Amino acid sequence: MSELLVRAGGLYTTVQDTGRFGYYHMGMPPSGAMDVYSAVVANMLVGNPDGAGVLEGTYVGPTLEFTDDRVVAVTGADVPVTVNDEPVEPWTAIRVGPGDVLGFAMIRAGCRVYVAVSGGIDVPVYLGSRSTYTLTGIGGHQGRKLVDDETLPLGSGDGSARPGAVVPEELRPELAGPAELRTVIGLCSYRLTEDALASFLGTDWKVTKDADRVGYRLRGGKLDFTDREQPFGAGSDPANVVDLGYPVGSIQVPGGDEPIVLLNDAVTGGGYATIGTVISVDRDRIAQTKTGDVVRFTSVDLDTALAARRDRRERIERVRREIAR
Amino acid sequence: MTEKIQLPPARYEYGGDEFVFVELDQAMSLEANFAGMAVTNALREEAIEGVVDICPSNASYMVQVDPDRLDPRELVEELRRLESTVGTLPDDYVLKTRVVDVPVLFNDPWTHETLMRFRDRHQDPEATDLEYAARINGFDSVQGVIDAMTSAPWIVTMLGFVPGLPFCYQLVPRDRQIQVPKYVRPRTDTPERTFGFGGAFAVVYPVRGAGGYQMFGMAPAPVFDLSQSLPDFADDISFPNANDVLRYRAIDMAEFESTRSEVESGTFRYRIREVEFEPASLLADPDAVNRELLEVLYR
Repeated sequence: MSELLVRAGGLYTTVQDTGRFGYYHMGMPPSGAMDVYSAVVANMLVGNPDGAGVLEGTYVGPTLEFTDDRVVAVTGADVPVTVNDEPVEPWTAIRVGPGDVLGFAMIRAGCRVYVAVSGGIDVPVYLGSRSTYTLTGIGGHQGRKLVDDETLPLGSGDGSARPGAVVPEELRPELAGPAELRTVIGLCSYRLTEDALASFLGTDWKVTKDADRVGYRLRGGKLDFTDREQPFGAGSDPANVVDLGYPVGSIQVPGGDEPIVLLNDAVTGGGYATIGTVISVDRDRIAQTKTGDVVRFTSVDLDTALAARRDRRERIERVRREIAR
Repeated sequence: MTEKIQLPPARYEYGGDEFVFVELDQAMSLEANFAGMAVTNALREEAIEGVVDICPSNASYMVQVDPDRLDPRELVEELRRLESTVGTLPDDYVLKTRVVDVPVLFNDPWTHETLMRFRDRHQDPEATDLEYAARINGFDSVQGVIDAMTSAPWIVTMLGFVPGLPFCYQLVPRDRQIQVPKYVRPRTDTPERTFGFGGAFAVVYPVRGAGGYQMFGMAPAPVFDLSQSLPDFADDISFPNANDVLRYRAIDMAEFESTRSEVESGTFRYRIREVEFEPASLLADPDAVNRELLEVLYR
């Protein structure tokens, strides 16, 4: 078995794949890559199955040393990437050998980088997935973020990687400007006044420093709840409902002034009114926003959400064809 | 039961493209929970391709779908069909579940130490969480509220928040339900296995962490075991299942310590009995059905 040396863990780097499913009913969120598109494309570039284990770095990427011949690809956030301190291209399959060191400079745009290595990050599969869920310390590499000076197991590649393969610019995600998050309004949105709902959709929300894999807390406006006598079992706060399930991507507004978008490692349920859900494709987009960035919510229907999902799948298949050329 | 609660028509909502959320009622009731149980059990039996997970909640439920394999609109059609066919439990519906003895040390030193650290976040900084709960629920003493919580069993109406956390609702009419608010501001710490209470729900915290529920005591036995070293966790890292009937039983420090050593030596097993009961009978005469449930448990 071969290893990848973690010289520096970066700020918050975890092993992820496309997620752990079938345990939501017992309170376990899916985890998995926050920006699915970038993670899947990184795997494609190095000839891995779409759901192989990758590294997800946040703000400050890891420093990695290779111990054998591999193909590596970096996708996601816009960040200068180096091999042995020489610049290399992101969204490109790069051949590396023993002693080569992959490093990152400061992120220019976006928030999360994905590193795929041919053969995949071969940590043990736990409950059907290699994804890390740090809250209970399961999956990934010992259930936690990477630290300096440790090693990760790599699988054996099948030799299908094509070094030099590049993802064309038009198939890389747009990271500039405010993030438009298409949202299916609903769930318990009846708890907000009409004005509050309009204000929610019309506000430029700023990502606070409380923004991680669990969820993104936003600031920028105040939303009022309609007056009501609280139903039995709901609790006394106007934001309270009888505890219910939270969809991944759902939005709640506990105090009326700080909407929270729940993401891959979120709690699966609780007692706050949910007012809508960011569509699955646009979780990729919020995953690439960072503290201080602006996000906006646009109301869409289910048709639009499903069409966006089909579009993403088609883009992924286009990438697959481009790489196979 | 005092008066049968009529549920409003269910509300179907799309939680984006990957979830369908169904609200059975805005208020908590056994009737709402049983209606959700009927539909989610029926849905589980249908084993529909593209249903990723089925998550019963207190007065609602949620289904996770893979929209690439199942159009959420088709799922909603099926859920509506199930609502009209099985959505209210027929009077002769028999719930097959298990009844479990869950020991709890009330007024334990560990949650007491924690709650004293967070008095500034509590409604009544001068009282303990149990004293406060006894007072606002009209009991003369802490023992009174403990007796009320331990005399009748509870049903697991939802799992979630964090892995393995059971939300439990007592099998008594609404006018006998104990209710407490959550902390004014959530704590940053709650010991593992804390017996907590918020709204009308009792919980056991699976892991140490933040929390907003009132803290009444501590369970010696885990509800969540990542190492799966205890026999009850051989198949699953989480012990409670939706629809489980749990009887919280007050224990003393001696029993707490002996149970802890059984847990630590890997020999602890919950007292579990398979049981069947009719939810309709429970709603009609809760005390009689609860007596039977406890009789089965301690037979």
